[in-house]
Amino acid sequence: MDQTLIEVEGVTKSFVVRRRAGRLRRTREVVNAVAGLDFTVRRGEMVGYIGPNGAGKSTTVKMLTGILLPSTGRLRVAGADPVRDRVRLAQRMGVVFGQRTTLWWDLPLRDSYELARRIYRIPAGTYARNLDRCVELLELGPLLDVPVRQLSLGQRMRGDIAAALLHEPEVLYLDEPTIGLDVVSKRRVREFLAQTNAERGTTVLLTTHDLTDIEQLCSRVMVIDHGRVVYDGGLDGLHRQGRSERTLVVDLERELPPIELHGTRLVRREGTRQWLAFPASASAAPLVAELAGRYELRDLSVREPEIEDVIARMYGEAERTAATVARIG
Amino acid sequence: MAETRSFVGGGAARWDVVHAVRCYGHIVRMWIRAALAYPASFWMTMAGNLAASGMDFVVIVVMFLHTHALGGWSLPQVAFLYGTSGVTLGLADIFVGSMDQLGVRVREGSVDTVLVRPVPALAQIAGDRFALRRIGRVLQSGAVLTWSLLRLDLSWTPLKVLVFASLVLCGTVIFGSVFVGGSACHFFMADAAEVQNSFTYGGATMLQYPPTIYARDIVRGTVFGVPLAFVNWLPALYLLGRDDPLGLPSWFRFASPLAALLCATAAGLLWRTGLRSYRSTGS
Repeated sequence: MDQTLIEVEGVTKSFVVRRRAGRLRRTREVVNAVAGLDFTVRRGEMVGYIGPNGAGKSTTVKMLTGILLPSTGRLRVAGADPVRDRVRLAQRMGVVFGQRTTLWWDLPLRDSYELARRIYRIPAGTYARNLDRCVELLELGPLLDVPVRQLSLGQRMRGDIAAALLHEPEVLYLDEPTIGLDVVSKRRVREFLAQTNAERGTTVLLTTHDLTDIEQLCSRVMVIDHGRVVYDGGLDGLHRQGRSERTLVVDLERELPPIELHGTRLVRREGTRQWLAFPASASAAPLVAELAGRYELRDLSVREPEIEDVIARMYGEAERTAATVARIG
Repeated sequence: MAETRSFVGGGAARWDVVHAVRCYGHIVRMWIRAALAYPASFWMTMAGNLAASGMDFVVIVVMFLHTHALGGWSLPQVAFLYGTSGVTLGLADIFVGSMDQLGVRVREGSVDTVLVRPVPALAQIAGDRFALRRIGRVLQSGAVLTWSLLRLDLSWTPLKVLVFASLVLCGTVIFGSVFVGGSACHFFMADAAEVQNSFTYGGATMLQYPPTIYARDIVRGTVFGVPLAFVNWLPALYLLGRDDPLGLPSWFRFASPLAALLCATAAGLLWRTGLRSYRSTGS
């Protein structure tokens, strides 16, 4: 069987933006949302798709789901053209738009699933089995008969994810599935996605701002910026390339001069609290041990790098190198 | 080409249409249940709709307190126009009227959620925000129509029954097509709702009055432009046995099914073009 599920070759998407310039004059401006994408995704892969806002993430997802027609290039999902075979392909994919629920606001959660059963023509046995599984793993049992408007954001997201999986899609597109969720809901969603991917072999493409999502779910991460894939590989490599740093937030018993600790640098100090940055690739354990030995600590926590910082640094680095080369050359 | 494929092409296509209609029906039932989650609000808006559409008829009755005929048409005859215009618009409004909300969906970007489901977008969007309270207009206009039929004594023949039935059906299809076609404009224009409303609600108000009170060019526009005259004016000429103010050939009075077919086709094409444009430009 062909192991490639998603093929993207030289795909671009440009929009014409009309702006009013003066009373009657209008200017046309071509915006390249996606400027030449090339990648493939194998069946059963779980890929994190990240990038700053406006980088072209959602445009890519819209083209993969057949909502938008690419301007140029070739795009195949399960061997089919998503735009031409949209309705047929829809049967084989699940989509969750993070900030836009597809659940019925005024009706009990169960009714939205009943509609999905009819829309996707899910056989009764399959439907019952999949619903039971989702209800159990996402802990939806007590929520099934509650109107969706009364659910919390985390509960609603769990409900949305279940709705996208009842028809056993081969591929699941998730747009910011953990945005705004509390810690417990985030963990439950991640565990569920990992389990679905492992048990069902469901291919997952998720966009996110939360590096923890990727750390816990994806062996592969693609970074997109200005409409191009600028990094494609493991998370380690991304941290190396982006020189990303984690931060130790140290709460001391009393105010002290700046802590000097090998392998870290002080980035901020405020009263009894100090922030120490260290390379994301290094382990926090020895640093914590040494701090605990040298100081009286009230509290200590480790902050993961922000995705924007990693990417910004990656670019800052690239641009600086380019600038240096230009000056020398 | 995408839509052509899914609709045309043997057994699978027929199955698609059946599936689309079933899904429309289910979406409609869900909206009714959702509306009934707030029963007080449901009944109040329903009563409001009844009263609002009744006001139009009060205006007509008040006019007849001062005159015996309007453009040469008697009160029961005008009531017939009023009733048929209201019933057909009301039915179209129930089935596809909420599509004028499409502009909001385009702006919000929620059309996307419809496009990732294996059901034609038209079936899903037509069923969206289905509002049973709109039946108010049908009930109220139906009552006026019943009264006019009782007063008119049309000496029914089988052909007249057929023309009357086709009037209701074709009128609904014509208004429905204007709704669908108008909605499709939301894909191109920022705010097409007002244009669409002027043809549907505005057009229906126009059709409540006899064609003889309007300038000939306006009436001609409703025959050859947006063919609203085929909703009730032209069939009414036959049913009520009146002369055509435009002097059109008499077969025009029976041409409503043809007009309805043309309208539905045009609306379907416009919808497809709109959807295609949306998919190449995005929101």
